[in-house]
Amino acid sequence: MQEKEVIIVGAGPAGLMAAYKILEAGANVTLIDRNRNLGGQLIKQTHKFFGSEKQYASKRGIDIMNILIDKIKAYEDRLEILNETSVVGMYKDKVIACLKGDTFFKLKGKSIIVATGASEKSIPFENNDLPGVYAAGAVQTLMNEYGVKPGDKVVMVGSGNIGLIVSYQLLQAGVKVKALVEAAPKISGYLVHASKIQRLGVDIKTSTSIKKAIGKDSVEKVEIWDLDPTWQGIEGSEQILDVDTVCISVGLAPLTELMQQLGAEVRYIKELGGNVPVIDARYQTTVKGVYACGDVVGIEEASSAMVEGKITGLNVLEDLGYNVLDSRQALKAYHEELKFLRDGPHASKVRSGYLKRGMLT
Amino acid sequence: MIEKNGIAAIELYKQEFPEDENTLLKPKAIIECYKEIPCNPCETSCPFDAIHVGEDINARPQIDFDKCTGCGICAYSCPGLAISIRALDKESDKAEMKFPYEFIPRPTKGQMINIVDRAGKKLTKGKVLNVIDKPRQNKTALIHIEMDKKYLYDAATVEVII
Amino acid sequence: MRIKKHPILDFKQKDKVSFRFNGKIIYGVKGDTIASALHENGIKKLSESIHLKRPRGFYCAIGNCASCNMVVDGKPNVRTCITPLKEGMVVENQVGKGKV
Repeated sequence: MQEKEVIIVGAGPAGLMAAYKILEAGANVTLIDRNRNLGGQLIKQTHKFFGSEKQYASKRGIDIMNILIDKIKAYEDRLEILNETSVVGMYKDKVIACLKGDTFFKLKGKSIIVATGASEKSIPFENNDLPGVYAAGAVQTLMNEYGVKPGDKVVMVGSGNIGLIVSYQLLQAGVKVKALVEAAPKISGYLVHASKIQRLGVDIKTSTSIKKAIGKDSVEKVEIWDLDPTWQGIEGSEQILDVDTVCISVGLAPLTELMQQLGAEVRYIKELGGNVPVIDARYQTTVKGVYACGDVVGIEEASSAMVEGKITGLNVLEDLGYNVLDSRQALKAYHEELKFLRDGPHASKVRSGYLKRGMLT
Repeated sequence: MIEKNGIAAIELYKQEFPEDENTLLKPKAIIECYKEIPCNPCETSCPFDAIHVGEDINARPQIDFDKCTGCGICAYSCPGLAISIRALDKESDKAEMKFPYEFIPRPTKGQMINIVDRAGKKLTKGKVLNVIDKPRQNKTALIHIEMDKKYLYDAATVEVII
Repeated sequence: MRIKKHPILDFKQKDKVSFRFNGKIIYGVKGDTIASALHENGIKKLSESIHLKRPRGFYCAIGNCASCNMVVDGKPNVRTCITPLKEGMVVENQVGKGKV
C-alpha cells in the first residue's frame, strides 16, 4: 500500500485551494475526485460571484474553476490527480479505500483533508418521486454541464440563493419558469437575485408550497397551495401550474459519511445543514491528521470554501513540519476574510451554527 | 414588499436617485442593492472612486454623484445586476438608461423594444440606442435605451421572450 | 432539447455516440452521461421502484442519491447520471433489484 504525504478527498473550491497552498510550499498532494472533471460544483456556476477581489468577486464560477486548476497544474511534478475515483472507505489509521472503475485499491496518508462538499435535500409531497422532479443543482448540471434542457416549463421550489440563481439560469437556457414558490413568508436568498428574476417575469410566491405533482410517467402539472402562518396548507387555495419540471431547492446537507466511518466526532447542527464534523479552529477533526473544510463542515458559499481551503492547507503544512514564510500573517488575513464573509445578516444562521459547534482548542 | 417578492416599491428605489433631478442631465449610476451582503465589485471596479463600501464588505454601497460619470463599469461588474445608469435629456422629453443584459439574442441598435418595470410588467416601448458588449464585460452586455422621460424611475429592463 | 446557443457557455458541436435503450438505437454526444443522453432523447423514466413499480428518474444528477440506477451492459445498479456514455452501450430500465 502506498503512503502519500497529503491526500485531499474532493477537488471542489475548498479542495483545490488546499491543494494549491500545500503544493506551493513544496509538499506532495494526491487529489482525489469521483468526477471526470475537477472543480466540484464550480463547473456549473455561470453567474458572477459575490465577495471581494480576494475571492474572485465578479468572476464567473466556471472561470474561477479554471483559475484554480491552472494554479495547481503549475506544480504538476508533485501533484497526483486521481479522477473518476470514489473514496469508498476511510479508516482510523488514515487508510482510505478507493474505487476507480472496477479497480479497488488502498492508500495511506500522512495527512488527509476531507472536502467532499454536500448533497441536495428533498421535501415530502405527493408524487415527489415522479421523473421530472429534480434537485435544482441537477437541473443546473444538465443545462450547464451537458447542454441539455431539463424541460420546457419549470416551477422552482425554494427561494434560497440556489433556487433564485438556477431560475435565472433556466431563463438563460430558454426554459420558462412559471413561478418560484417559497414556504416561508420571506425570500431567503439575496434580494438582488430575486429582483433580477421578478423583472424577467418570474412570479415569486412566498407562503406557498407545492402540494402534489401530477402525471403518469413524468410530471405533467403540479398543484400549489398557500400556507397559513403555522405553515399548514390552506384548503381551497390550491392552484394548478402547467409545468413539466419541478426543481427542488430546499438546502444542502454535508456529505459526512467518510468522517462517520473514520470515527471522527460528528454532530448534528441544523444551522450548518445537518451532520457536520467537529473541528478545531485549525480545521482538524477529532482524528489527528485528518482535516475537513468547505461545505462538508457547514453549508456556505464557494467563496468561504476557498478561504477555508487555504487555511486548512497552511495548518496541514505546519503539522507536517513545513516552515512556510509569513504563514501566521496569511492565516490571520484569511480568518479576517472569513469574518467579513460571515458578518452580514444573511450569514446569521452560519454564525449561530459555528457557535453551537464550538471550536476545540 | 421587497422581502416577499423581490419587487422594490417606489419609496425604496426613489431613494437611490439623486434628490435634484437636474443631476441626471449627466448619466449617473443608480444602485439598487437593498440588503447587506458580502460584496464589493461596484467599489473596486469604479475608476472614479465614486462608490464606497469600505472594509466591511457587507455595508451597502454609497454613491457620490459628483464623482460618478455614468461610465457603466459598475453596471456590468455587479454580480447581482443591481445597477443601471440613467440620464435625462435637457432638450427633449426623453430619458435614457443603460442596464446589464445576459440573454441572447441581443437587442439590435435601432430596434423598438418593450420596456418593463421591476415587476416585469410592460411599461412602454423604447428605442435601443446601442448595445455595448466588450470582452472585458465578460458577457454582461449593456443595453442603452431611450424612452419617454416619465418612465425614468419605473423602468427596470426590457422584456425577454423565453 | 439540446441547447445550441447560450449567452454564457459555448456548446460546441460534438460527435454523435450511438447506443441502445430498451433495444432501440438512439444517439447522444461525446461527453454525455447515460442519463443526460437519455434525457436529451425525451426519456425521463429510467427505472421502476422495487415494490410499487412507480416510475423513477434521476434526482441529484451528481451520483449521491442512486435514483438513476439502470442496467448497463447487463450490469445493474449503474448510476447513469455519472457514468460516461460509450459507443454501443446497452441500456435498459431496471425493474426490481437487479441480478448481480
